[in-house]
Amino acid sequence: MLTFTIRRLLLAIPTLLFISLVIFLLLEASPGDPLGDVPLTVPPEVKERMREALGLGSPWYVRYVLWLKQFFWVEPLYWFDHVFGTQFSAGMQRIISFQSRSPVFDVIAQRVPQTLTVVGFSYLVGVLIALPIGIISAYKQYSWFDQLGTFVSMIGFSMPTFFTGVVLIIIFGVKLQWFPSVYDTTLVVRDWDSFWAQVRQMVMPVTVLALYNAAQISRFMRASMLDNLGQDYVRTARAKGLSERTVVLKHVLRNSLIPVITVIALGLPAVFGGAIITEQVFKVNGLGQLLITAIHGNDIPMVLTLTFIFAILIVLFTLIADILYGILDPRIRYD
Amino acid sequence: MTDTERQHHLDLRETVDATAAAAGATAALPPDNPLHAGGETRSQWRDVWRQFRSHKGAMVALVLFVLTILFVLVGPYIWTIDPTYVDIRARNSGFSAAHPLGTDQLGRDMLARLMAGGRVSIAVGLTAMIIAISLGSLIGVTSGYFRRLDAPLMRMTELFLALPLLPLLLLMVTLFREPLSQSFGPAMGTFILIVSAIGATSWMQAARIVRGDVLGLKEREFILAAKSIGTPAHRMILRHVLPNVLSPIMVAATLGIATAIITESALSFLGLGFPPDFPTWGRLLYDAVDQMIQYPSRVILPGLFISLTVLCVNYIGDGLRDAMDPRIRGR
Repeated sequence: MLTFTIRRLLLAIPTLLFISLVIFLLLEASPGDPLGDVPLTVPPEVKERMREALGLGSPWYVRYVLWLKQFFWVEPLYWFDHVFGTQFSAGMQRIISFQSRSPVFDVIAQRVPQTLTVVGFSYLVGVLIALPIGIISAYKQYSWFDQLGTFVSMIGFSMPTFFTGVVLIIIFGVKLQWFPSVYDTTLVVRDWDSFWAQVRQMVMPVTVLALYNAAQISRFMRASMLDNLGQDYVRTARAKGLSERTVVLKHVLRNSLIPVITVIALGLPAVFGGAIITEQVFKVNGLGQLLITAIHGNDIPMVLTLTFIFAILIVLFTLIADILYGILDPRIRYD
Repeated sequence: MTDTERQHHLDLRETVDATAAAAGATAALPPDNPLHAGGETRSQWRDVWRQFRSHKGAMVALVLFVLTILFVLVGPYIWTIDPTYVDIRARNSGFSAAHPLGTDQLGRDMLARLMAGGRVSIAVGLTAMIIAISLGSLIGVTSGYFRRLDAPLMRMTELFLALPLLPLLLLMVTLFREPLSQSFGPAMGTFILIVSAIGATSWMQAARIVRGDVLGLKEREFILAAKSIGTPAHRMILRHVLPNVLSPIMVAATLGIATAIITESALSFLGLGFPPDFPTWGRLLYDAVDQMIQYPSRVILPGLFISLTVLCVNYIGDGLRDAMDPRIRGR
């Protein structure tokens, strides 16, 4: 198990390097110019110096290696200094955003909490809804509950989040006025009132994302339960005289959860990506919205760093899913 | 054991299981007169169709999907208002005889725009799916059939699976929209860009499924027989391998249409899709979001069309999967 983990970790390094190179070259090949908005009256030599100041003067491979160094060496050092009060990173250049001229990671650190509260919470809610639905649907296969559950999950799976979001806003935000339609990120939870306001503004984005995730996970849960319910060990357990409760909730559930847990782990990074749309609908200024503004503003360092962080998340959670699978299912041997 | 060997072993076991299960279902004695079994001639596709028809959801979905396609293809010949015709005096009108679904803020007829938008949306979905499936089958078959290419191709597939797709799509569309619009015109340029971007980022699942199936097929006797009479590799693939992996490819293709339609609408919704005078369902939704408080129907109609089409396609895919699984068929 350990050797497998180490081998996979080592294998992740070239993967990530390759992905970062792909993103970098894609940005490099783009015809967009970060100085495109500079007025035409600015003389060319001044423009050239501005270009130098942005670090665009050197050839692409130099800039790529420099970015790698900043990402993997300077930034960790900086955060290390920040935590322990040391001075290792003094005088080193951090990754700077073209738009805001502040370090990219500072901006990201400001945005992460918004994304995490909304996205993370909705994923949790989605999983908590999906598991019982999947279990009951499989146990009572072809019952009205199963028919309804499969139909609703098919709908939840097919309705794009930008449509469900907008419909919820029209119904609950505009017509009924129950919830605010725009997410206010400046709200600080201090007392019960502000806590209540926070809950109210989180209801709609969380519902939209949770519905979408629950639809997918409950389908997996149902399929996995059905696979296991027909196995011989279930018949044996029943023949021994175990209560139905023990059979389903202990024997079958534990075995069916193995693939579902890996699916949940694999889905987490995709949720961060998918939340781009939901954040846009509810005007949550999280990571997704940051990426979109950066793309529109030709902010190359920001786009590069953010996309790469998404890639790291994907690689990391794929690894976690594989390891979890090995831990949970002793029949799987990686060595 | 190395990764490939282990995978190979697993694939082999899966095939053995699948064949064994199928054999179990036909273990009963053959009919006395095998030529007239069942009273009619049976072919694989007729069996699939019969099984498909018994899936109620899939049949309803198929009918609705055909109706939607008729709506967008034949509709414009019956409802002949030009979707880009601006009638500023009739702007923001509600449901009326002249405009059954109302008009938008420039007085363009919503019904005509929905038809035109549907054409583009479904065309994008189909074309992107064809690209993704061809690419996926090509890579899947080569990596399954040629042992030497297996490891590098699968590494590449894993690399692509690790890419953050939506951010990359956004990036590709923003970066290359201008140059392509200049060389192919705004509508055609965006179409080529979006279709190839979606196709190039969604072939991985199909490739993996096809590879697994090809690996299993390679162990079967008929492949050995074909090989022993000296069939060259290209004919092997075209005659013996591809027809046998057609069913997973078709299921993946159906589900691929749904993903492509959703991705295109998502791009349009983020303002990175087609230009405004060239509507798609996603673009119509995006344009209407600003006035959703006064005119909610303009948001809901295109959204409903997207959801309905995707729902239908997903149901058809489900039905196809059930119909093509020989373990379920005939039960």
